[in-house]
Amino acid sequence: MDNSRAGLGLNWLWFVLMAILAGWPFLGMPNHLESLLYVVFFWITLATSWNLMSGYSGYFSFGHGAFFGVGMYGMATFAGKFGLGFWPSAVLSGICASILALALGALVFRLKKIRGESFALITLAVTFVLATLIVNTPIDGGPGVYLMGVQVPMIGPSASSSFYLLGFAMVVASIWASRTLFYSQSGLGLLAIHDDEDVAEVHGVPTFALKMKAFALSGFFAGMMGSIHALYVSYVTVSETFSITVPLTVVLMSILGGARQWAGPMLGAVLITFLLNAFTEGTSALYGRILIGVILTLSVLIMPEGLLGTWQSKQRKRSLDRRRALEGDHSESSAHQEQSVASNDLNLRDIRHELTHAQNLSDQSGSGADHGHGLANESKKVVLELNGLCKHFAGIKALDGVHLTLYQGEILGLLGPNGSGKSTLINVVTGHLSPTAGSIQLLGQECAGQAAHLIRRIGVSRTYQIPRPFKGLTVLQNVLLSAQFGANSVSDEQAYRLALEWIEFTGLSTKKDDYPDELNLHQRKFLELARALAAQPAVIMLDEVLSGLTPSEIDIAVQTIRLIRSQGTSIVFVEHVMSAVMALSDRLVVLDQGRVIASGVPQEVMRQEVVVKAYLGDQAEVI
Amino acid sequence: MPSANLLLQSLAAGVFIGALYGLIGLGLSVGWGLLKQINLAHFAWVFLSAYLTYELKTRLNLDPLISLTILIPVFAVIAILVQWLLASFAITPFNSLMATFGLAVSVEALIQLFWSADFRRMPSQYEEMKFHMGGVIVTYSEALTMLIALLASFAVWWVLTKTDTGKCIRASAEDAEMARAFGINATKLSLGLAGVCGALAACAGVSVALTFTLAPSQIFAWIGVIFAVVMMGKLASPWAPLLAGLVIGISESMTMAITAPSWAPLVSFSLLIVILLTRRSHG
Repeated sequence: MDNSRAGLGLNWLWFVLMAILAGWPFLGMPNHLESLLYVVFFWITLATSWNLMSGYSGYFSFGHGAFFGVGMYGMATFAGKFGLGFWPSAVLSGICASILALALGALVFRLKKIRGESFALITLAVTFVLATLIVNTPIDGGPGVYLMGVQVPMIGPSASSSFYLLGFAMVVASIWASRTLFYSQSGLGLLAIHDDEDVAEVHGVPTFALKMKAFALSGFFAGMMGSIHALYVSYVTVSETFSITVPLTVVLMSILGGARQWAGPMLGAVLITFLLNAFTEGTSALYGRILIGVILTLSVLIMPEGLLGTWQSKQRKRSLDRRRALEGDHSESSAHQEQSVASNDLNLRDIRHELTHAQNLSDQSGSGADHGHGLANESKKVVLELNGLCKHFAGIKALDGVHLTLYQGEILGLLGPNGSGKSTLINVVTGHLSPTAGSIQLLGQECAGQAAHLIRRIGVSRTYQIPRPFKGLTVLQNVLLSAQFGANSVSDEQAYRLALEWIEFTGLSTKKDDYPDELNLHQRKFLELARALAAQPAVIMLDEVLSGLTPSEIDIAVQTIRLIRSQGTSIVFVEHVMSAVMALSDRLVVLDQGRVIASGVPQEVMRQEVVVKAYLGDQAEVI
Repeated sequence: MPSANLLLQSLAAGVFIGALYGLIGLGLSVGWGLLKQINLAHFAWVFLSAYLTYELKTRLNLDPLISLTILIPVFAVIAILVQWLLASFAITPFNSLMATFGLAVSVEALIQLFWSADFRRMPSQYEEMKFHMGGVIVTYSEALTMLIALLASFAVWWVLTKTDTGKCIRASAEDAEMARAFGINATKLSLGLAGVCGALAACAGVSVALTFTLAPSQIFAWIGVIFAVVMMGKLASPWAPLLAGLVIGISESMTMAITAPSWAPLVSFSLLIVILLTRRSHG
């Protein structure tokens, strides 16, 4: 995308810089500089490896010291005790740290309660448990382990240059991994997990698998770096290794540099290591620590996005201002809005034209799309079938044996008073909640109890009543994410094309590089729609898409929904704007207290006594 | 297997260290639950208060209990100032953890600057005076710590449940916007609450100085176990930290008596992990 293309121009610069850094020891680099730079490399690797899991996904781990410690003691055990060589020991240490990460992940990543502070605490606790186990077993036993006997591979002209080169290699590897991950589909998924994990899962992101993958990778690099560092310090103790210093320093570096950027931790690590190095003698080291504490406090308060994050949003604001200045003063907000509504109409007309064409073709093949009204439903294909669906919350029956059938190309209006179970129904069908009992057949496949992202890939998608876009992703990235993760086999180019198409369809083309916060409600609702449509679901569930919109916006939305149906997508439509419900729905289903109390043709259903009662209460009769 | 008397003495040691855990945890728990801040600076204030108690005793031969009356307002003011700073920025609980960690690092270095990294032990007549209770020897320091912990928990309980201010504080923590709509001045309350947490830190500091050898690095050594204490009970509940502190303190000292002291952390941190994994809901 744009970023990687911009990166290409910088590639030469990186290449030259890397060549200089790699070649310097052979041209005679002073020893003390080699040692200092080794320490810089050490922290860059640890911070970057922490960040590729914790910074991207928002799961702030305080357990990085555990992975680092496994690496340290891995080297002490494999090379020191068992006499394995340096390389196998280093790789094995990394693998052990990965295994620890996977074990911890398997324990906590499925639990919704272990997020945020709980995750930070549990990873910290695991570090201390591990430290206690190591200090009390022959791995250490208490006094620490000396590693004088282990041969350091002499890849440079001297011992210090060898460590320098090993550290440099770790930096290159970890930065490469972190950067590749950042720009990949998985990276986009991790960033979405950071913003709203539940929504990410519902839009097809395999959240558990992604977190496991990133955590294992994070652990591996920390373990490898730890194993090298064990030889660098040549004496390993539990109290030094598992102290709170490692996890806190890497978090500090990443936050200072910018945890949502692949280069953020590197910047933070360089700044802090040089800052610490400036104060090393006696009391000045203490002044340095005081200063670092103050910097941390102020940077978290003033720049919660870190240096790079803040710089990026400044740049963005500047370019936006410039654009606005070029457009001139006429783009006042109201005029702007009308303009976008007008262009939206235009888009709709174009697309409708295309669709009529497509429809003619499909009509010939026999399966009419836009003829839902009045057609006998029996002749149509069933796409979604709910049987005896129940969802109980500690005694409250939110859904109490719901039966419901949805046919292909149908718009089904789902009505009911507040608290009747409409939202729960959507949450259960899309897999966010698992049903207490009953079955959900989607395109002939049983979905009850399946992970939400798998259900999404079978073919059901949703929008949220209050839009829940991923705040840290642009409009394009929001839609692209759904296109990439929502279907089983989509190439990157296909997904990109789909995303652009649906952004155009919803009239957001001019906004595609904006962030959700910069959109108005109408646009955010349409972003919800674009995101739900991007992976071409068979069924789409719309949760009050019209609420809060102006009459002219509602007209556009109604047209849009008709267009969506005309492509053969089936729609479950939860809405309180009755005129729209009556105009759009082929069939109505009315829920009350978790049960279906009426269903059928709209006009008839609305006249039924039970429906009137459910809406207006028993008193209505008396009056 | 150690003798019955030794076990009993360990049990008593566990009870008193547990009371101290509870006392330190109380301020953290109140701030976390009601101010929505994970205040690592609390640990820094506890140890700064302990060092000041030590200094007042060794320099001016001031009784720790008199120091307590001086330190309570001092730390209340410090905590109010910090709260005022944090409140001027919209800060998430997680970022409050980072911001206050920065403060803790600075204070730790500051303590080291004044008192060096050496271990310091406050001489005190309360440590010399002992009494026997059912075959167990108890020092006055330990008894005082217990007393302070009980009084502090009682005071928090009384303020939160029996006074109008306490009800306003709880309402404000539940839904700040709604509370504001009902005319509650949430800003003023949060400043006051921060002051209470600061006062609790001062109390805990005096207790630490009474019973422990001080070193600047101790600030971070206590974080893990105190977090376990805080998370074990319900946040901002007045008695939960004390009870949780007793559970962890006793299990630690029993582990030490039966196995070796180096195994002690295993108990508290395994407990913390189990609690986090099994408790019903978040926060």
